[in-house]
Amino acid sequence: MTRNTIRRAAPLALGLALVAGSAMAEDVELRPGAGRELVEQNCNSCHTSAYVQMNSAFLNEAGWTAEVNKMVNVFHAPVPPEDIPRIIAYLTAQYGAR
Amino acid sequence: MLRRHLLAGAAAGLAARPALAELAGLDPRLPDGTRDVARLGTLPGKGPLIQLSDRPPNYEAPLDAFRTAITPNDRFFVRYHLALIPDMDKLRDWKLEIGGDGAERSVTFTLAQLQRDFPHAEVTAVCQCSGNRRGLFQPHVAGVEWGVGAMGNARWTGVRLRDVLARAGVKQSAIEVAFNGADSGIVQETPDFVKSIPLGKAMHPDTLLAWGMNGQPLPHYNGFPVRVVVPGWTATYWMKHVNAITLLTKPEDGFWMKAAYRVPKGLFPTDLPFASQVTAANEPITQIMVNSLVTNLRDGERVRAAGFEVQGIAWDGGHGIRTVEVSSDGGTSWRAATLGENLGVYAFRPWHMRVVPGHAGPVRLMVRATSNAGQAQATQLVPNPAGYHHNVIQTLEVTAA
Repeated sequence: MTRNTIRRAAPLALGLALVAGSAMAEDVELRPGAGRELVEQNCNSCHTSAYVQMNSAFLNEAGWTAEVNKMVNVFHAPVPPEDIPRIIAYLTAQYGAR
Repeated sequence: MLRRHLLAGAAAGLAARPALAELAGLDPRLPDGTRDVARLGTLPGKGPLIQLSDRPPNYEAPLDAFRTAITPNDRFFVRYHLALIPDMDKLRDWKLEIGGDGAERSVTFTLAQLQRDFPHAEVTAVCQCSGNRRGLFQPHVAGVEWGVGAMGNARWTGVRLRDVLARAGVKQSAIEVAFNGADSGIVQETPDFVKSIPLGKAMHPDTLLAWGMNGQPLPHYNGFPVRVVVPGWTATYWMKHVNAITLLTKPEDGFWMKAAYRVPKGLFPTDLPFASQVTAANEPITQIMVNSLVTNLRDGERVRAAGFEVQGIAWDGGHGIRTVEVSSDGGTSWRAATLGENLGVYAFRPWHMRVVPGHAGPVRLMVRATSNAGQAQATQLVPNPAGYHHNVIQTLEVTAA
């Protein structure tokens, strides 16, 4: 989807992401793994990655699928459809129930 | 303005360091990831709080914030769903609009008008997140993984909602009153956080529009300049930065009423059914369940075998506390604790008791509060999909020496 769904001027939203990103780089860094950058790009405009880490590790693939679908379908996170399975795979691999 | 706020928030985040002594008190039953991510953080105007996320800001009070029956403003928990929070400059231009199809007319008030035009009212009441203690659910439930500190008790000062609604004129056909606040989502299509209460609760004399909290203006992150105070009900209805109130002749049907903050129908008793929002399967969470918390001891703490003090607080959804009982033998026998000052039926009720183990070794402490309505804390967790109403009897194991 396009950036026009992000509130306020796009430069401001980008500034937001950069500022938050710099703080988060120290505070909540997601584990390395395939798909990490997709989570950062798609999820962090509305909430930090603390939301991911806080909810670990007890959700299985079905649990993470439900969470991602809720973000997309209910909260209208502008996530490209092709990224969704890769985001779920990352969350399940790195933050899924063992 | 937005950017300045975010910079301040980011700076606070950078400055935050986990203070291990404090965080050592994090409950071992919290999810591992929550224990890893929690840190002591600060927000402008706040003392140290347990930061679960800084955007949106979700901070709970550490245990020591509950050693007094009134929770200090700078230790009061902070909870937001949506990350776009107006800064103080913008909020100082605040106006409140009241209307809707259940109103005779639309009216607008400034803060000065509210303060000047209506009799002032005060209530001391617990503001508790519906999901307080969600992190202690077993099995875990997704959401913000709160420990015990997503709550606080304050003296709220403002005006009665019913007095303000009367200026708009309440039609016979009005059934609910909906609240919207100045905060919103980053993505425009994200459902705005709108909550409603039944007209009966809105007209209750203790339901306020409050600007004062413990004699001070509301802190920014607790709803400056005005929030709704719904004593006895969970904090989801206590709309922060409330700037629109709508009298409705049909049920509010946004996501935050229709789908979120719901509990299985009939599972938790309430005084006032929220009839217009009940479905075949579920109903909105409403009234706070009776609960208690030990505030001077943590699990695993060392105590004196010759005797030690157990102190805490108890509260419920508006009946007040009848008894708090403490067991020091794992629930076989119970003794009534001494209740402290009564700040009203919606408030934290302090209590204390001296326990004399008389022997060294583990002591299993349990605390059970009972309300004036006869409701006692749960002996077992009552599972529900969103992890609400955790009010299981607290058990602590301390070591006497």
